[in-house]
Amino acid sequence: MLVRFENVGLRYGMGPEVLKDVTFDIAPSSFQFLTGPSGAGKTTLMRLLFLSLRPTRGLITLFGRDVSSLDPDEVAVIRRRIGIVFQDFRLLDHLTTYENVSLPLRILGKEEATYRAEVSEILHWVGLGDRMHVLPPVLSGGEKQRAAIARALIGRPEFLLADEPTGNVDPTLARRLLRLFIELNKSGTSVLLATHDIALMDQFDARRLVISDGRLYVYD
Amino acid sequence: MTDAPRLPETRVRPAAKARGLTPIVPRATVAGRALVAVVAIMTFLAGLTVGTVMGIRTTAQSWRADVAREVTIQIRAGDAASVDTQVKIASDIATQTPGVSAAHVLTTDETSRLLEPWLGTGLDLSDLPVPRIIVLRLAPSTPPDLARLRRVLTDRIPTATLDDHRTWSRRLGAMAEGVMVVGLGLLALVTAATVLSVVFATRAAVATNRTVVEVLHFVGARDGFIAAQFQRHFLKIGAQGGVAGGLLAALVFVSLTLLPRIGAGSDPESPSVLSWLEPGLWGYAGILLAVLVAAGATALTSRITVYRTLRTIQ
Repeated sequence: MLVRFENVGLRYGMGPEVLKDVTFDIAPSSFQFLTGPSGAGKTTLMRLLFLSLRPTRGLITLFGRDVSSLDPDEVAVIRRRIGIVFQDFRLLDHLTTYENVSLPLRILGKEEATYRAEVSEILHWVGLGDRMHVLPPVLSGGEKQRAAIARALIGRPEFLLADEPTGNVDPTLARRLLRLFIELNKSGTSVLLATHDIALMDQFDARRLVISDGRLYVYD
Repeated sequence: MTDAPRLPETRVRPAAKARGLTPIVPRATVAGRALVAVVAIMTFLAGLTVGTVMGIRTTAQSWRADVAREVTIQIRAGDAASVDTQVKIASDIATQTPGVSAAHVLTTDETSRLLEPWLGTGLDLSDLPVPRIIVLRLAPSTPPDLARLRRVLTDRIPTATLDDHRTWSRRLGAMAEGVMVVGLGLLALVTAATVLSVVFATRAAVATNRTVVEVLHFVGARDGFIAAQFQRHFLKIGAQGGVAGGLLAALVFVSLTLLPRIGAGSDPESPSVLSWLEPGLWGYAGILLAVLVAAGATALTSRITVYRTLRTIQ
């Protein structure tokens, strides 16, 4: 299994538990939606999945490793196997689209010449071939979304996490982005797509993880 | 893919291939420029303080050494023939004393030059009861037993006195030490102020780049990589500010030593108004140290701040 949650619970400080007894698996090459009402704990679950939070109880295993035993360097190495698309994109405004997308390769110390063609190819794939050398403030919401997706994919992650990736785009673009994720899944990447958009989920028959009131229900 | 509205082409940058990659930490931010200014100003002040303290120290030391290298024998005026004999005897006693390297009997001309400021020029000393003076140069390594010399002198010549400028030397020493204590206190304050203001300005500048730290962290960069990026960038900023401030401080000292020469009169030997402010080699080394400390504090603070930020992101 790629991800395993066993009776995971999480509370912030001394507050009430925002996640209660969450148990589920994510298999390699699988596709799932994560949904639920606002404030139900979607973002918290996503943060647990990319190691930005640690559970207050229960066990989380990522790529066969117990996350509670990881040191900061090991966390960094595991993050390279996970692609993350943030709801607010998190693009660096002083770097061009091309530089933003190539960041995961640059931090590995790779020479630019070794990844130039690859970055250019992925930018063309997401439809940003002619926006490569533009700074993010100049990009539209949809373009930023695609740049964030391209950055999440450039390191060929085994697991892609996307938080509301269609939240900022019109229904047509949302459909196109969904097709892009399905295509990616067909090539072997596990995808977890957090969304509110019921219409979007109805377009593709996939497993649904529903969070409600801190509890997770799985509909296979 | 979608056809999002195109923005004016003027905003489009030239190809990355041609210009190389943009540094991961943004180069010219407002906070970065403000930090260069803060580092420059504080290094300048620290440089001025260290240069001044070292200048005072060097000058006070050389004054004390000059005073301590010389003693004088005075022989009260009396019958010309006997005074001449007494001068001869005193001079002989002095030169035979171990530790006295030379004895010079002031001539009438030299004595009248000494009295010139009080009695004016064209003086005939033969009319006045002016004492005779013998200047003794002391060997710096083996100072003579002055108490014994004084005893021998007064035994042989009751009208002779030996003046070792002890009071003057002690006062000068006390003054120099006092100035040094004040100077070192000031230096400690300025150093603390420099380090603190550099630390806080750096922390503020790193805080404006929090998004950069977060993004690097989430795309899988190791903490050490992120810290190194920031440290390199901030070392550059610290070095720019430090070198600017240090050079300016050094320039002030160089121009101070040059300035009084302009219109200082015909006598090249006369001390210039601010010659005592010459910081010397140690002073300039101190300014260099201030530059290194400022640049080092900037780089180190950025590293620590990045690690601290990473702990809050985790």
